[in-house]
Amino acid sequence: MSTETIPSTVAPAVHSRGNRKQARRNTLIGWTFILPNFLGFLAFTLIPVLAAFALSFMEWTSFTAPKWVGLANFQRMFASDSFWIALRNTVVYAIGHVPLTMALALLLAMLLNRKLKGIGFFRVAIFFPYITSLVAVAVVWNMLFSPDNGPINQFLTTIGIANPPGWTSSSDWALPAVIITSVWRDMGYYMVLYLAGLQAIPAELYEAAEVDGASAWQRFWNVTIPSLRPTTFFVVVMLTVSSFKVFDLIVVMTNGGPGRSTTVLSQLIYQEGIGEGKFGYSSAISLVLFLIVLTVTVLQFKIQQRRER
Amino acid sequence: MTNMAEDLKAESRLLGTGLPPNDAEEDRSTERRRSPRERKKRTTDLVIYAALVVLVAALMVPFIWMLSSSLKENNQVLTVPIQWIPTEFVWSNYTDIWTRIPMMGYLQNSLYLAVIITCLQVLTGSLAAYGFSKVRFPGRDVLFLAYIGTIAVPWQAYMVPQYIMMQNLGLTNSFNALILLQAFGAFGVFLMRQYYMTIPDELCEAARIDGLSEYGIWARVILPLSKPALASLALLTFVNTWNDYMGPFIYLTSNRLWTVQLGLRSFVGQFDAEYAMIMTGSVISVIPILAIFLIGQRYFIQGIATSGMKG
Repeated sequence: MSTETIPSTVAPAVHSRGNRKQARRNTLIGWTFILPNFLGFLAFTLIPVLAAFALSFMEWTSFTAPKWVGLANFQRMFASDSFWIALRNTVVYAIGHVPLTMALALLLAMLLNRKLKGIGFFRVAIFFPYITSLVAVAVVWNMLFSPDNGPINQFLTTIGIANPPGWTSSSDWALPAVIITSVWRDMGYYMVLYLAGLQAIPAELYEAAEVDGASAWQRFWNVTIPSLRPTTFFVVVMLTVSSFKVFDLIVVMTNGGPGRSTTVLSQLIYQEGIGEGKFGYSSAISLVLFLIVLTVTVLQFKIQQRRER
Repeated sequence: MTNMAEDLKAESRLLGTGLPPNDAEEDRSTERRRSPRERKKRTTDLVIYAALVVLVAALMVPFIWMLSSSLKENNQVLTVPIQWIPTEFVWSNYTDIWTRIPMMGYLQNSLYLAVIITCLQVLTGSLAAYGFSKVRFPGRDVLFLAYIGTIAVPWQAYMVPQYIMMQNLGLTNSFNALILLQAFGAFGVFLMRQYYMTIPDELCEAARIDGLSEYGIWARVILPLSKPALASLALLTFVNTWNDYMGPFIYLTSNRLWTVQLGLRSFVGQFDAEYAMIMTGSVISVIPILAIFLIGQRYFIQGIATSGMKG
């Protein structure tokens, strides 16, 4: 297209009369690059995102025409039992999933951050659960958690626990079972992030601390942890956001049961919106989910900023 | 568990006999003063090695169990005590599964979706990333912000409008719905842009002076330089599509369109006592990912590190 034009058409801030023309040409060229992706992005991501906001103030089911109802969906939601149960389960899941995954990922990264024979194998092995298909993961763990003769309860019995929990068949233990599975699955991913963070810490810092007579424990608290702060911030945000979005693992592993003991917000959106065709009401739940995720992210940004000062 | 026991034995061998000869050698060497420190380092290494072996073995238990159960009879799977190695290897599970459920069809569907979506995502993603990183025009950064913004919105929050849209287009229960929804993701654009930002603008400048068009620069300068990022994006997209459950679950209702994940899930629902066969299906669904991962593991890790740390 521009092969025969003068070179450097794309260079910015050229002081000449052709400036505006060039700017227009750049815009055209830029858009041709972006357009193939942008059309799909606009139609199937951006518009649905905006629509979700609008829909949450409308009453619209698969049988009726959309109608503006203001905050009625939210009133109904806050009065509904299912919403509070799902919110509670989601929060409990996040409270279990975030710190456990973070601690284990950091521990693994610290162990793996050295030159040892076969260390590559360990890294790969720990990362692999993260890319294993969720259905396979859920199916295997469901059997491992099997209340009667499952390997986990057999192990618990042999170490002296007489009445091991019923895991996915008990409404008290189903959520912990899901949390354990998800921690196992996700920690490899965050381990990679922590590993990258650890490798960016200059060795001189440790050497200086050692010269000052700091013990290994002191080095960990006074060198490693502060240096990892940006990584930790990112890990916490990612983990929290992904905890609030938890969906497919629950659907495949427990499908929200037994009873409603593991129903989470995303699942409620699915059930109300796609399952029962209450488009408006489900969008209101979506908006709440989005606001929670947004608040958590902004809050952590603020904390991070204050710490950096 | 057998594996773990063997590993532990291997360690105790290392711990028991590995140290003394090495220390003797150190003593003989000229640098005598460094010896205690070296020894301390070696001991820590061994302790860490032991901890790692135990940890990794424990973390691998689900895989070991899956593989071992897939080679058993149903009534041998949940036994007391656990049999880590089947008494009799039931290889027929791996031949029977193809006739029990249309596994081949599921694999083909998964492959078809993963390949098409990956190609489109890599192509449109790298084009858009070039526009966002190497061409300057008004409104570019605002537009990019919109891309980033949607990454932060949970997908669940807009799945219902997406579904209504697909329903109105008459695309539910077809592969096209999933292709359209997943091939233009913002994540691919973001990942590629992060990489293109690290390629110096001078290279493009030089190519422009040589008379290459912007499209020429993209194809002949940037693409060859961004092979690692392209590989990362392709692998991550492929694996995500292959493993995706919710997308196919929402959009694909007829059995002939099902992916491996849906097929496996429905098999579990129908025959929940066929433990061994379920595990066989799980193993088959994981093998392609394992193969791809082992070939491209470097790119997975790089992709995660770049998309993660600069976010």
